[in-house]
Amino acid sequence: MQKPKIAVHKFSSCDGCQLAFLNLGETLLELPKLVDIVHFAEAGPMDEDQPVDVALVEGSVNTAHDLERIQRIRKNARYLISIGACATSGGLQALRNMADAKAWESAIYASPEHLDSLDTATAIADHVKVDLALWGCPVNSRQVLSALRDLLFGVAPREEKQPLCMECKRLGKVCTLVTKQAQCMGPVTKAGCGALCPSMGRACYACYGPSEQVNDASLGRRFEGFGLLPADVARRFHFISNGAPAFKSAGDRFRSQ
Amino acid sequence: MSEQRDIRIEVPVLARVEGEGALELDIEQGSITNLKLRIFEPPRFFEKFVETHTCDDVIDMVARICGICPVAYQMSAAQAFERLFEVDPGPWVRDMRRVMYCGEWLQSHALHIHLLAAPDFLGFGNAIEMAEKYPDEVRRGLMLQTLGNDLIALFGARSVHPVGLRVGGFYHAPSIEEVAQMRERLQAALPEAEALVAWAASLQVPDDHQQFVSAGLRHPDEYGIYSGNMVSDSGLDIDVSRWDEHIREIHMPHSTALHAELDGKPYLVGPLARLNINLDKLPPETAALLAETGVVFPSDNMFHSLLARAVEVHMVVLQASQLLQNYALPDRPWADWQPKAGVAFGASEAPRGTLWHRYDVDDQGHVTSARIVPPTSQNQSRIEQDIALSLQNFGLDKPEEAIRLHAETVIRNYDPCISCATHFLSLKVRRD
Repeated sequence: MQKPKIAVHKFSSCDGCQLAFLNLGETLLELPKLVDIVHFAEAGPMDEDQPVDVALVEGSVNTAHDLERIQRIRKNARYLISIGACATSGGLQALRNMADAKAWESAIYASPEHLDSLDTATAIADHVKVDLALWGCPVNSRQVLSALRDLLFGVAPREEKQPLCMECKRLGKVCTLVTKQAQCMGPVTKAGCGALCPSMGRACYACYGPSEQVNDASLGRRFEGFGLLPADVARRFHFISNGAPAFKSAGDRFRSQ
Repeated sequence: MSEQRDIRIEVPVLARVEGEGALELDIEQGSITNLKLRIFEPPRFFEKFVETHTCDDVIDMVARICGICPVAYQMSAAQAFERLFEVDPGPWVRDMRRVMYCGEWLQSHALHIHLLAAPDFLGFGNAIEMAEKYPDEVRRGLMLQTLGNDLIALFGARSVHPVGLRVGGFYHAPSIEEVAQMRERLQAALPEAEALVAWAASLQVPDDHQQFVSAGLRHPDEYGIYSGNMVSDSGLDIDVSRWDEHIREIHMPHSTALHAELDGKPYLVGPLARLNINLDKLPPETAALLAETGVVFPSDNMFHSLLARAVEVHMVVLQASQLLQNYALPDRPWADWQPKAGVAFGASEAPRGTLWHRYDVDDQGHVTSARIVPPTSQNQSRIEQDIALSLQNFGLDKPEEAIRLHAETVIRNYDPCISCATHFLSLKVRRD
């Protein structure tokens, strides 16, 4: 039987989510036994336009060339997975969407008209249909491999929806919000990281994006009770996943107070 | 006489580099008429994003510039703020940060040697193909890479964008048991790191001598990793706050990254440059190992970069193990600090070279402007110079495919990180 074909595509990013593969250690050598990696520039294989069963996409859409390329990738992929905050919500670099990026550019470049750069950094799903979104800045290897495993078994991968608080409780971590009055974003952030920040005794900063049913007003009021100004609360939401609609609107609301 | 041809080589996307870059090369009548390393990752404006954020937020934000060397970004930033606020985190924090940094060098160097560079020298398209012929070498490399990642995670909970560092120290100290287990693994890896050095020295690399300036951090007591003065083998020796007096960045139209020059000339940062200027700071065990290879340093052969990386791998495994030997829990893993308005300067050695930060901070501890100079933009002029010289040595009459592969090999040899190089274009805004 022919092995399923996969491709890993990079858009504007830090390359950190591709490391979910490159940091697999010896498992990396097992992967080609299960799938045929046809395109993965950082690892070596280069065949961007070959039809594949699964395309994994890292990074956000920032240029006119990106716009055209993501359409091609979608057309060639049976199943498209966005990996990480940049691909899934624009990432930290989507902060440019709230500023006048064109003004920055024309101040920087002698001839900005030659520059292929859009005004915005946007999520893959803003441009094409995404079959599965994996959140995280960065995604971890477990998330990516379990999604691929599910697909290899012909099962629809399950999307994480719970807030981090649930994961934190299951792991028996001490609540930083209650015990330290830390500005923990856990109540509004998707689980899946392994409750890393609370394990280190610090507040979650929402690098896994919004959970289902974000109660931002209540959490923001709690932060204000700790002495934060509305602008400080806004910055908690306008951080790694600022492009996610739930966090964008929450941050906007506090910013305009 | 060889035939005079016109060749145009375009490598639209360079494989096995971090980020997206391309190469344009025109050879007419036997000489190079156009050579451009094009970096076209769109600008990412990180320096603008950090404005208005707190110093602790900035530590988490700048990590996102690079997934391969986030620790370097966090370390340069943390030290910049601590220096401005005149906070001394103490010897425990200093030692443990060096250990964490050793983890980043270990994973990044092992990744580069085995997954990105070595396939060039052994004639493979990628490491997975290479693993069929050299399974033990590739497995050893992946083991060392994993060890480096786990060493970062010991202090930062994960290796990509770790969450352990704060201004003044760490959020959390690892337990005695965790450290003891890690130390056992480091001890067990030492013979593997020794074997790696011997293997790296045995790889057949071109004998390609060039004149260049080596630069990087040098510290009076230790090999330049975590801190030091910016030093070059042409006489530079300055505190990092005096960076701008000697290093200038220029914008080339073909690239979205800036090129840096040291006193008006291209220069080299990274493992080879670092080893050249830090030779006397190698631990005796590592120095002895290097002597056994018979390769003489300082070296002016850029292709000795891979060996320099392997030597640094041995050094960081050894040093991390030594620094963790008498590990004790601190009362608290961070020192308190008060914000202060002023200009913060910090630099450390990312795996691929010096990473310099400068921040303006207000009296509330919020950043008002930032400037970051990553290693790849410093190396960009040197890379272009190297490709031209190296191709002349290689022979412009060679088949087109061989020329293309040689040029790519030269570029990959620098371990360029294009994601880093393109984050920082906002700096001219501030100057205008």
